[in-house]
Amino acid sequence: MEKQKAPIDYKNAVIRVQGLEKAFDDYKVLQGINLELYQGENLVVLGRSGTGKSVLIKIISGLLTADKGKVEVLGQDIEKLNDRDLQALRIRIGFSFQNSALYDSMTVRKNLEFPLVRNRKGITRKEIDTSVETVLEAVGLSHTINQMPAELSGGQRKRIGIARTLILNPEIMLYDEPTAGLDPITCIEINALINEVQQRYNTSSIIITHDLTCAKQTGDRIAMLLDGKFQREGSFEHVFDTNNDRIKPFFDYNFIK
Amino acid sequence: MDSLDTSPETQPTVRRTRVAGFKKSLTDFFISLYRINQFILRFFKEAFMPPYEFKEIVRQCYEVGVRSFTLITLTGFIVGLIFTKQSRPSLEAFGATSWLPSLVSIAIMRALAPLVTALIAAGKVGSSIGAELGSMRVTEQIDAMEVSGTNPFKYLVCTRVLATTLTIPILATYTGFIALIGGFLNVYVNEGTSYRSFMGQVFDPLTFIDFEASLIKSIVFGFTIGIVGSYQGYYSNKGTEGVGKAANGAVVTAMFLIFIEEITIVQITSWFR
Repeated sequence: MEKQKAPIDYKNAVIRVQGLEKAFDDYKVLQGINLELYQGENLVVLGRSGTGKSVLIKIISGLLTADKGKVEVLGQDIEKLNDRDLQALRIRIGFSFQNSALYDSMTVRKNLEFPLVRNRKGITRKEIDTSVETVLEAVGLSHTINQMPAELSGGQRKRIGIARTLILNPEIMLYDEPTAGLDPITCIEINALINEVQQRYNTSSIIITHDLTCAKQTGDRIAMLLDGKFQREGSFEHVFDTNNDRIKPFFDYNFIK
Repeated sequence: MDSLDTSPETQPTVRRTRVAGFKKSLTDFFISLYRINQFILRFFKEAFMPPYEFKEIVRQCYEVGVRSFTLITLTGFIVGLIFTKQSRPSLEAFGATSWLPSLVSIAIMRALAPLVTALIAAGKVGSSIGAELGSMRVTEQIDAMEVSGTNPFKYLVCTRVLATTLTIPILATYTGFIALIGGFLNVYVNEGTSYRSFMGQVFDPLTFIDFEASLIKSIVFGFTIGIVGSYQGYYSNKGTEGVGKAANGAVVTAMFLIFIEEITIVQITSWFR
């Protein structure tokens, strides 16, 4: 699958991270991360499990706090925001969780309605229905509208999770391991969906993954996270054009063509 | 199996390990105490600030009521029946069986109704809140709520705590009534006392302070069940194991606190009698 070139505005960074550090007890996960995500760009953060990839996007979305460093999202320093402003900022960020995090007790429709009803005061029933149908159609799962999350497959859950974030028309998308635990065909479908979201909703995205197919198919730029820092950054080919004995095996073991 | 090394050289190391273990437990205890305190303060800060979650509070009240209704009806009836049956021989010895309705009403309204209701609710509702929030925590549903611009504390915790605080007093009143019916059945079968006469004797010895103390107790118990269950669930971790621990912790801690609160409130109200 060839990725369509998206228009990226390299003068406009929607996320800017400087000197980010985070430790859990004595274990330093992130040790000075610098990152810029540009308007319209898909940035893939690659790395092995436990290297702090998910921690990075959880700090960006304000779910975790950094020990050191500065994180600016859409021009706002998240450390300095009060609860209300942080909540307002979060509506502009979509977060797709590794396990989809669908609300088990609600149907697909209720899952999709939930963020809309709570964040758009005065929205009419008709507007809600239209928005739900539009995002469900965008992820190709209109027929699941009345199903419970437990009745969906892993791939369908991922798609509904993405749809739930799209319903608020986010400017930034954060994908946490979007293809983890899925079969290869579903992985390719999810990758295509990520690209479609980028084109159709004009989003800038950070995609956390250790799946090289996903990285190659969705990434405009790749950043390789090792030992708490970005070791290599650039196009897919550039990142793996190295003899570094810790980066090279990552490529070799993924059997990508 | 290797035998335990108890040689004198290893003793200081063992002692040091034990001291370090004790220090850690003590630190963990105070950290938990601090976090619970913060949790309760946050509840009071957020529960009474707009926007209010009326719809969800009503839904939770319904859930709490429905979850416990059958069990409370059955238990209340049996408690009333058995208590009356067990009290009869002692009163019969003094020829004072006519005091049974008064005795039963005092025991039920002052102590048994709120306590039995709270203990059942701690098992049914508290564990369910702990497990539900715990499972939402480990499957990142709480995080998902947070990143989608919803305050999960307000939506999940405040609503549940308010629901238990409001519903347990209603359930306790209902338990008291059902227990009195159980008591009446026993008295009716043995003495043939009419319902009107029984009820007349039931309310005779009760004072306003009895109802007031019972109501306050139920409110405190309801708050405890809600806050303990929510705290255990909201801060659960370690995957599915954590969910089980949250449910179990919610029941054990709530029951323990309910007994302490019962003793304290009984002591305080006795000063006003």
